[in-house]
Amino acid sequence: MRVTLLGAADEPSCYSRLVNDWVCLDYVSDRQQEIVDATIQHIGITVVSVLVGLAIAFPLALLARRLPRLESAILAVTTGIYTVPSLALFPLLVPFTGLTATTVVIGLALYALTILVRSLLEGLRSVPDDVRESATGLGYGRGQLLLKVELPLALPVVMAGLRVATVSTVALTTVGSLVAYGGLGNLIKDGVLTNFRAELFTASLLCVILAFVLDALLVLAQRLLTPWTKGARA
Amino acid sequence: MTVFDDMWRYLSTGANWSGSDGIAALLGQQLLLTVTALLMAMVVGLPIALWLGHLGRGGFLAINISNVGRAIPTFALLALLVVAPWPGTDQLGPYGRAGLATLLALTLFALPPIITNSYVAMREVAPEVREAARGMGMTGMQRFWRVELPLGLPLVVSGLRLALVQVWATATIAALVAGPGLGQIITDGFFRSNYGKGIAGALVVAAVALVLELLAAMVQRAVDPTRRGTPSGGHTDALSVTGATVDPPAESVG
Repeated sequence: MRVTLLGAADEPSCYSRLVNDWVCLDYVSDRQQEIVDATIQHIGITVVSVLVGLAIAFPLALLARRLPRLESAILAVTTGIYTVPSLALFPLLVPFTGLTATTVVIGLALYALTILVRSLLEGLRSVPDDVRESATGLGYGRGQLLLKVELPLALPVVMAGLRVATVSTVALTTVGSLVAYGGLGNLIKDGVLTNFRAELFTASLLCVILAFVLDALLVLAQRLLTPWTKGARA
Repeated sequence: MTVFDDMWRYLSTGANWSGSDGIAALLGQQLLLTVTALLMAMVVGLPIALWLGHLGRGGFLAINISNVGRAIPTFALLALLVVAPWPGTDQLGPYGRAGLATLLALTLFALPPIITNSYVAMREVAPEVREAARGMGMTGMQRFWRVELPLGLPLVVSGLRLALVQVWATATIAALVAGPGLGQIITDGFFRSNYGKGIAGALVVAAVALVLELLAAMVQRAVDPTRRGTPSGGHTDALSVTGATVDPPAESVG
């Protein structure tokens, strides 16, 4: 009896080199700080990138709408950027921004931009013309028309784009580990280099969970922002 | 900037292009990987998605597979495949180290755009056209081959185009797990602080990606039976966020 108990105590933990389990709760509790830090970095990079992307996409979409000739050019350029693989885009930014989080944020913002410009344009286009005319007839100026009528009506489509952009940005952030700012991607990279299964699996799983959590939060935000759609769609 | 000088020196040195791990060989390897994975995904995905679209079933799965695929980081999946006992890092013929793991990951990532777009392409064929074909006495097979497939082809091809670009991008990431392809030049340059080399590799990868995209766009235009050129508005592809609905378009009243 005592022998087995001692044996149990001496048993290597499930993330030791000998056992190397994929799923290991000991790893999670022992390295909690490291995992939390990586997750916070991941969330930070994702949120800042999407917000920067949105801040650039908004004026671009308005410009493209005002000048139809510019629209195809803007769409072509942003789609071109989207074509460039992330592993190639980050190095191309390094000469300007160095091995910093800024490099990752700019790269990811550029990818988010492509999706957001498209969805903003599609959203604004989805506003019915008669609604626009009624608002003009009621005396709305251009700015008011945009803020009080067009944007709220475009919101469902814009939010759909924001969800796509956010989810893909969460996934792409991992590639930032090339310049050492990849959030959970840093743990994944370390897991591969050191053949550390628990670290690799935990970080990968957290990435996917993070994507779904952020997506759910955006759905919730959309419900709160567009209460009038509640009855329209189940 | 000196990094650009280094980059130019790397690109203009002929020796860097030749040899078994030169730019040319790695470029060929990555193209081979891309084409193989795309073909594998087409063989698996196209028949299922097209037939489901023809029957109008399984829409939930076909639409949501893209959303799930987007949430899974390529890098994480590659890493898991490489560290797992199978397929691991085994050499696979011309596909190089971790060839099988890379091919599997690439195929998996090519599937969502192919499946979603093909399904939507079949469903978006106008109901009147479908009805007319049925009224003419066409069998299910005839409707599929003579009506739905030709009309849906541009959207199917746009899914393939998206998959192609995505596979090329993913094949680059394989280098992060010491896999095959041009990404090796990028990661090697970075891990050895030879940034000129890393940036040179990135430039080649980006240039090829743009060329592939342009070629695919030309093919897409060529197969459009209505020859409207690039569709704008109404028409949707997998990059668009609104179009992918399962429901047929609402019938106009009056």
